[in-house]
Amino acid sequence: MAKTIEQINDKIKEGKAVVFTAEEIIDLVKEKGVKEAAREVDVVTTGTFSPMCSSSAYLNIGHSRPRIKLGGGRTYLNDVPAYTGMAAVDLLIGATAIPDDDPRNRVHPGEFNYGGGHVIEELVAGKDISLVATAHGTDCYPRRRLETWINIKDLNEAVLFNLRNSCQNYNVAVNLSDKTIYTYMGMLKPRLGNANYATAGQLSPLFNDPYYITIGIGTKIFLGGGTGFVAWQGTQHNPDVPRTEKGVPKSGAGTLALIGDLKQMNSRWLVGVSMLGYGSTLSVGIGVPIPILSEEILEHTAITDDEILATIIDYSKAYPNLEPDTLGEVSYGQLKSGYIKVQNKKVPTGSLSSYSRAVEIATTLKQWIQDGKFLLTEPVAPLPGVDSGVTFKPLKERPLEE
Amino acid sequence: MATSKRIVLRFPRRLVDRPIVSRLVKDYNLDFNILKASVTPEEEGLLVLEMSGKQDDYDRGIEYLTKTGVHIQSLSQDVTRNEERCTHCGACITVCPAGAFELEPATRRVKFLDKKCIACGLCIKACPPRAMELHF
Repeated sequence: MAKTIEQINDKIKEGKAVVFTAEEIIDLVKEKGVKEAAREVDVVTTGTFSPMCSSSAYLNIGHSRPRIKLGGGRTYLNDVPAYTGMAAVDLLIGATAIPDDDPRNRVHPGEFNYGGGHVIEELVAGKDISLVATAHGTDCYPRRRLETWINIKDLNEAVLFNLRNSCQNYNVAVNLSDKTIYTYMGMLKPRLGNANYATAGQLSPLFNDPYYITIGIGTKIFLGGGTGFVAWQGTQHNPDVPRTEKGVPKSGAGTLALIGDLKQMNSRWLVGVSMLGYGSTLSVGIGVPIPILSEEILEHTAITDDEILATIIDYSKAYPNLEPDTLGEVSYGQLKSGYIKVQNKKVPTGSLSSYSRAVEIATTLKQWIQDGKFLLTEPVAPLPGVDSGVTFKPLKERPLEE
Repeated sequence: MATSKRIVLRFPRRLVDRPIVSRLVKDYNLDFNILKASVTPEEEGLLVLEMSGKQDDYDRGIEYLTKTGVHIQSLSQDVTRNEERCTHCGACITVCPAGAFELEPATRRVKFLDKKCIACGLCIKACPPRAMELHF
């Protein structure tokens, strides 16, 4: 046993690596036991495909003649405002940005048909994107207005940079009120009319390495159909939460910040989506390979939907008011059966995360590794763990004027 | 033999102010349940019906509507899914009042059962990638 990443990479290069998806590994462990499976398997691949709002892309568009300094001015991509508070021709487009003239929720629920997530999808798809910028003009950057088409192939850099992706666990959202509500967890019907959840469960990256033993800063991953890296822990990373006996967090816990070259990604895995009454965002495809360096690591990857719990939260009152009340816990096995029981009522379940796409990602990553096209990386630093003291605090509001 | 079908009727402007559907009951012994009705600004009428009765009566009723100038279409052609756009997340499943979306247990893909669809349109905006399309 006791393999190293270097040894696994040697096997990958020889085309001899034994790779299982996080779904396939469950049956192998049932059949052969942890010891034997750990000896046999080199890598377990995971996958998830879900709306992830803290996603963005930064671009460098190159200098115009005469020059313009976008920094400090306003720039729009397909009418969606981009962030320009940087140097002359760097800009960042966030997944949830929407056009200034979008009607938003003026007629509730707003549709949010087009936003930053859609711009990123179209950019990746190779479509021309309109750029309209105004700037203040300086001696060295005299131009005040720029209107042009841009295309990803002409950009100097186009980088997907997501501050928080791949949440380790997520709430199950329900609505206890008497009217339909429209949330980032989808449309929630009144009086427990439905329950929505949003992770791939047993296939999801951080459920398979719950203590971040192998996943760290610098880990190479499948990102948006291409490759990317773990850049940092994601925002709101919160490792020290109640966990099950097997170490799986029962509510939101670890998160990942991810980065990768947008030019080698694919719009099938970066899809602009619209959440009715909430806003627009981006569905991101992510797959993380887990090197089987010990029996313990393998045992974690064999986690099943029945062993993963999620917390049920009322999105009509508890969630918006940041109240701690919960309505209990359910397993992903129950969620995926189509119904759960909440307050003695049978509630139908829906998902915002595509499990079939997650399977496709884990399978694609497996294929890349088997074909010798994807080598594993040693993390350069670990993610903050349970004992790190890193927590997710609420805002301490201090009124500006007493 | 009895039959029951969901159909979409389009009434051109000249027919909008004439009683037509009532004759399906009076002259052809048909039953119907109105699923959706609207008159567009161009004054074209649209009616989505579940129509049932004896096969003979049903066929004669349809013949009458066609002769009158009503355009008839099967409901299943009116709501379609853009397969390129659908990511099979399942956000539609609990939104649909008719149970027209189902998760296939083996593949975890979402099936769209257009025969169950009542063309209410709730899924159109509830679908995050906007894969559902309404062709009224």
